[in-house]
Amino acid sequence: MRVELNGVPTDVDTETVAGLVGGLTSAERGVAVAVNGEVVPRSQWHRALCTGDRVEVLTASQGG
Amino acid sequence: MALPPLVEPATELTVDEVRRYSRHLIIPDVAMDGQKRLKNARVLCVGAGGLGSPALMYLAAAGVGTLGIIDFDVVDESNLQRQIIHGQSDIGRPKAESAAASVREINPLVEVVIHNEVLTNDNVMDVFSGYDLIIDGTDNFATRYMVNDAAVLLGKPYVWGSIYRFDGQASVFWAEQGPCYRCLYPEPPPPGMVPSCAEGGVLGVLCASIGSIQVTEAIKLLTGTGEPLVGRLMVYDALEMSYRTVKVKKDPDCALCGENPTVTGLIDYDDFCGAVSEEASAAVQGSTITASELKEWLDAGKDIDLIDVREPAEYEIVRIPGSRLLPKGDIVSGAALSELPTDRQAVFYCKAGVRSAEALAAAKAAGLSNAVHVQGGVLAWINQVDPSLPTY
Repeated sequence: MRVELNGVPTDVDTETVAGLVGGLTSAERGVAVAVNGEVVPRSQWHRALCTGDRVEVLTASQGG
Repeated sequence: MALPPLVEPATELTVDEVRRYSRHLIIPDVAMDGQKRLKNARVLCVGAGGLGSPALMYLAAAGVGTLGIIDFDVVDESNLQRQIIHGQSDIGRPKAESAAASVREINPLVEVVIHNEVLTNDNVMDVFSGYDLIIDGTDNFATRYMVNDAAVLLGKPYVWGSIYRFDGQASVFWAEQGPCYRCLYPEPPPPGMVPSCAEGGVLGVLCASIGSIQVTEAIKLLTGTGEPLVGRLMVYDALEMSYRTVKVKKDPDCALCGENPTVTGLIDYDDFCGAVSEEASAAVQGSTITASELKEWLDAGKDIDLIDVREPAEYEIVRIPGSRLLPKGDIVSGAALSELPTDRQAVFYCKAGVRSAEALAAAKAAGLSNAVHVQGGVLAWINQVDPSLPTY
């Protein structure tokens, strides 16, 4: 399935937000994912992705 | 979604104040009413560093009546690349005092409250309770989660911002009106995964980009103007020069502000965020085993003393078979040093490996040179050895 990942068209071999994050990083902590402009709460990462979804993976930073 | 003003207006502005704030007063959306609200407002800035610098300076200039500054640190030369509230002659001076002096120079009409202390579980509720709004400009995850939790528990809004290299994020977290920080990031990244500004660097002027958003949101909330950044996350990329927002909803499963909260008071934030002391970092070098190695040791009948350094309630939930309980606090304080083994190798573990590292440091200092701790704690044991056990 092809989605737009952080602005770049990308083929992913998973159907869920959780699967996509798992393929990017070993650490799910400290990561937020927005699909089509809306953050998907961690408790709903099992939800399915659709072809063409705009996915943004955001990382928490601590600096101030 | 527009929100009502956070603060009631002051009775009147003086002639001096009318002159000083005239450029605000002629904006219809601020006007006399908004400026009187700013005069009556009490805002606390947590941290007088990168974000705190522009935040405090613009809040002062804007005429916020009372500005609290909490910071325990002193000004270092390496701060001056971005922390513009401090100057060359402030090096070595407490940041809270240096920042207060700048605020008074910008606007002597502002009342400054200096909190030259570390923000901890013991004082955070007390300090926050004296303010209408909090600005988070801290530099570590442990304090960020403490700020969030205290604000949610007190029902107060706070304006959050964070920076790293060329990237910044900002939002308004207010559990009564929208999501909290935990709805966005339920947990911090694993220790060491995301560098701090001290480790990874930060473009100095990024502080102004994000700090000015924080002040804008503060003024909007205090005066009830415009659309606040509640339920939206602002993401700034200085390299692309793009600002964009994504929606953030309240997570019904949020541990703090969700429907069935599991966090109902302040917690141990160093433990939650995996922050370890320098002593603990040094102690674990060459003295760390994996959960799988522990299993091999136990299976081989190795003569060890397996010590669980968590709290009794945690030991009740789940434990590694063959372990005994000796809470970290008693080891670190020295109260339980006599209960450490002298004839066998000590193996410490906790939930995730932070407290056991602290216990290991104390044990080594007490002469247990061959003691080790289990990386990842009981959670790693469950993950690697016995997935049938419950996690918590």
